Amino acid sequence: MAAKLPTPRLLPSGDTAVTVEFSRNIDEAANERVLALDRALSETPIEGVTETVPTYRSLLVHYDPVRIGFDAIGGRLLALAQQPSPPREKVRRWRVPVAYGSENGSDLEDVAKTLHTTPEDIVARHVAGSYRVAMIGFTPGWSYLSGLEKFLHMPRRQDPRLLTPAGTISIGGVQTGIQCLAGPSGWHLLGRTAVRTFQLHRDPIFLLEPGDRVTFFAVDAKTFAEQDRAAEAGEIVAELMAA
Amino acid sequence: MSRLVVSLIGPVSSVQDGGRHGAQRYGLTPSGAMERLALATANTLVDNPPFAAAVEIGPFGAAFTARHGAVRVALSGGLRAADIAGRAVAMDTSMTIADGETLTLGFTRSGTFSYLAIEGGIPGEPMFGSLSVNARAGLGSPYPRPLQAGDEFKTSPASGTQERRIELPARAGGPIRVVLGPQDDEFDDDAKAILLGSDWKISPTSDRMGYRLEGPLIKHLHGHNIVSDGTVDGSIQVPGNGVPIVLMPDRGTTGGYPKIATVITADLGRLAQTTAGTAFRFKAISMAEAQEETRKFTRLIRALPDRLRAIDRMELNMEALGDANVAGSAVSAIDAVTWHAEADILTPD
Repeated sequence: MAAKLPTPRLLPSGDTAVTVEFSRNIDEAANERVLALDRALSETPIEGVTETVPTYRSLLVHYDPVRIGFDAIGGRLLALAQQPSPPREKVRRWRVPVAYGSENGSDLEDVAKTLHTTPEDIVARHVAGSYRVAMIGFTPGWSYLSGLEKFLHMPRRQDPRLLTPAGTISIGGVQTGIQCLAGPSGWHLLGRTAVRTFQLHRDPIFLLEPGDRVTFFAVDAKTFAEQDRAAEAGEIVAELMAA
Repeated sequence: MSRLVVSLIGPVSSVQDGGRHGAQRYGLTPSGAMERLALATANTLVDNPPFAAAVEIGPFGAAFTARHGAVRVALSGGLRAADIAGRAVAMDTSMTIADGETLTLGFTRSGTFSYLAIEGGIPGEPMFGSLSVNARAGLGSPYPRPLQAGDEFKTSPASGTQERRIELPARAGGPIRVVLGPQDDEFDDDAKAILLGSDWKISPTSDRMGYRLEGPLIKHLHGHNIVSDGTVDGSIQVPGNGVPIVLMPDRGTTGGYPKIATVITADLGRLAQTTAGTAFRFKAISMAEAQEETRKFTRLIRALPDRLRAIDRMELNMEALGDANVAGSAVSAIDAVTWHAEADILTPD
């Protein structure tokens, strides 16, 4: 017998989308409910829904207002959010290789200094964590992971960098992340992975799904370079662990 | 097989269609045409589906040459002078470029983006159902980048169908309409009054990702960081510096700044075509009104074929003369030195 779940808020996001907000904060329970509603919607589709975007705390539901209006879809989504969540398919667990520090993780030393410890300790803590893909967003394959241990929580950089390398593994706030494409970032760069979370002409194009579990393991720079060549050729490189 | 060769093109010109939908959950932004009505108009004139891929042409001049046969095209959107081998041609008409002839387009006189649809469409390999260029993700076909001189599109020879014009309803004027939210509760009444009561201008440092607005600063109630959530085309986000940005089709799929309001679908193209320096206002309307406007907009696009009229050459020339004589040369929203990577649009949260 499930306890009555708190009712999410419906926030209008223009005339073609609605945000179903479960929390204002980064919150594991809220993220569970976001992913549960997302699963429920894929199993019990609502006429007019065109796509969904799960985030830490809310589900953005895009819809066609020619087929369904705001009040109707809002009612359906709230009802669906209150139902017991459908059983989750087997959770996928990935092991992702990371070359930490030096040219691959230019902030590792600074992070260690700021946190009054050694780079080795930062790496040991980062690989010890078990993370969940809370959301994928911003740019293709940018995977936001929850579950970062409190010791590693750090405010973002005052001056965001306009260009950080593809495959960057970084920490920012209470999160860690896998960045696929080169691009701007205000997070602290710990290392790089050869794993492409987004790669055209590979099956699958997108490797990770929200809800997947991720752990990291350290590899040296030479291994990273080899893996990078393999990944460029279409290999997945990340290890999918047996359930 | 005829070819349409890009013989001259400015920056911010690329192949765009109705957008790439279904992968925003993986961070893949939809992209797609900045002005959907103009895209649909150009396509309708040459009997293509309304949201088929066409050439989105930024505010600078451009030229296209037919090779190995005649090519039939249509032009809509941002107004500019146009001629084929020196003969003036009009906006919102179809036209046939004979083998070896060149369609030459001037700078936009009003608006920022024009659309050149090619009869039979642009051949390419869709990715997630779309040919739209998303340069950062390396997506788009036949070229996964903005267009360059020398690029070409293979096309079937011109059908020889009688040329047509289209009678569009008068362009809506007045304020750009918005629906408040999703985070309007992160702002007090004064902040909302500033959004809805001030004159705004598009900053020249705007691009296909976002239009930065010049005007008063908007203050947050609880600070400028929220936990990232999803964005839509037209989200008006307010970063820490208080300068609002309207997110456009190349936006990030998620963002960590509060979004005070969202431009309605029916007005987004009008905002996209607003040139830098032109003052405009926002007006809040109810969700019911906004969705009724979207339905009207959808009906208008579906019924575009009913607005087609056959034209003879004399009529064409008169209209073209009118377009060529529009006074003034508007400064565009998109500066020649575009793609100003700035942290408030571009950083993840």
